[in-house]
Amino acid sequence: MDYLALYVTIKLALVTTVVLMVIAAPIAYLLAYKHFPGKSFVEALIYLPMALPPTVIGFYLILLMGPRGWVGGIWESLTGESLLFTFLGITIASVIYSIPFAVQPMKSAFVKIDRRLLDAAYILGLSKRAAFLRVIIPNSVSGIAASAVLVFLHSIGAFGVLLMVGGSIPGQTKVASIAIYEAVEMMDYSAAGFLALSFIPISYAFLLLVNRLNEDSSI
Amino acid sequence: MTLSATLKKRLKYFDLELSFTCPTGRMMVMIGPSGGGKTTVIRMLAGLEKPDDGRIIFGDEVWFDAGQYIHVPPQKRRLGYVFQDYTLFPNLNLYDNAAFAAVDKKEVDALFELFKIGHLKKRRPHMVSGGERQRCAICQALARHPRLLLLDEPFSALDVITRRGLREELKNLKGKLLCPVIYVTHDINEALFLADEILPVVDGKNDDGWLQRTITREPGSQAVSRGAREPRLSLVY
Repeated sequence: MDYLALYVTIKLALVTTVVLMVIAAPIAYLLAYKHFPGKSFVEALIYLPMALPPTVIGFYLILLMGPRGWVGGIWESLTGESLLFTFLGITIASVIYSIPFAVQPMKSAFVKIDRRLLDAAYILGLSKRAAFLRVIIPNSVSGIAASAVLVFLHSIGAFGVLLMVGGSIPGQTKVASIAIYEAVEMMDYSAAGFLALSFIPISYAFLLLVNRLNEDSSI
Repeated sequence: MTLSATLKKRLKYFDLELSFTCPTGRMMVMIGPSGGGKTTVIRMLAGLEKPDDGRIIFGDEVWFDAGQYIHVPPQKRRLGYVFQDYTLFPNLNLYDNAAFAAVDKKEVDALFELFKIGHLKKRRPHMVSGGERQRCAICQALARHPRLLLLDEPFSALDVITRRGLREELKNLKGKLLCPVIYVTHDINEALFLADEILPVVDGKNDDGWLQRTITREPGSQAVSRGAREPRLSLVY
């Protein structure tokens, strides 16, 4: 069995989840509490990766992250290396691919918090930032956990985006879903079968966790 | 310290226009029908909403002045605010709630004893009764050493018996408080029982006749003469 590919998958999913939790929290806060012009356009843009075919996202990411692209050009002038076909490259791709699944559950958890709790926090002397850390975050733990699990699951299933941005370099960008595809192409059904089988308990356990978290938060 | 406020704000169905003062140690009860702007007044005093015009002065500090564009945020006003319900933090137990912004955490125990909830310290808000939650909310407000105490229908979600008990406790406490207290209610008994001063508010304006009209049988002018003899207080329950 291709343990290396499985390792890259898990590593990518974990890094994506951690990065997205940090990025998504302030975005979800803005969407939940602030009113600004063009908010619905911004929100739709953030959810766009959910509605686009992965190859379309991958195509634009190649343009953006390639040596002539805006991001890739800056990266190359700074480090002298290409962003495509690296673990960092697929991490960026995976973060963008999964961002809707991080923001959406977090936002709905924030929206559910009673506004009077925030009023009470301000009156008790908390700044907006302190109220976010001491009131909003602790009272939306199950929503945040649900978003983390969803992002993790969505990342281990990524295929098209990663193949386009990262190719299939063992130990770097060859994730388990790509390894399965390649094994099947080479008619190696037993290798593909073992890898495929290893996904089922992981995904099933995490889904049970999501359900449990949703039940907790509805109390 | 004396609180004095002149407030003007355009609301959806009427214009709010009020002015009042409340010195330290006095309890001013704002009373009137629901939807009359009482909570809006409290929220403006707390800094959660801005009046369109007017001033709020506390002692020698200006908290709000429309002309000079002064608006002190709620964080800096150091006041105690007890809402009708739902304002304890659900993720914290009662003790941590009360100690949330306490000046001296040691005082929280004494407050809990005073309000007879010492045995519930470790419980979360959803595990105790409404009356116990409101006791804790009062402890939370007092532990901050507020310079002004705002109570917005703190007991109206409670049953009659609990409400009477808490009303008594609040009255006993009143003499010990070293700050102005503003209490909002639509319960006339509560107002008469607690108030040093009553401010009836109807549709955003001070209406001194409202109380008389409400507790007496006769409408309008005769109310003043007959009101004292024939109160309908029992109907309020």
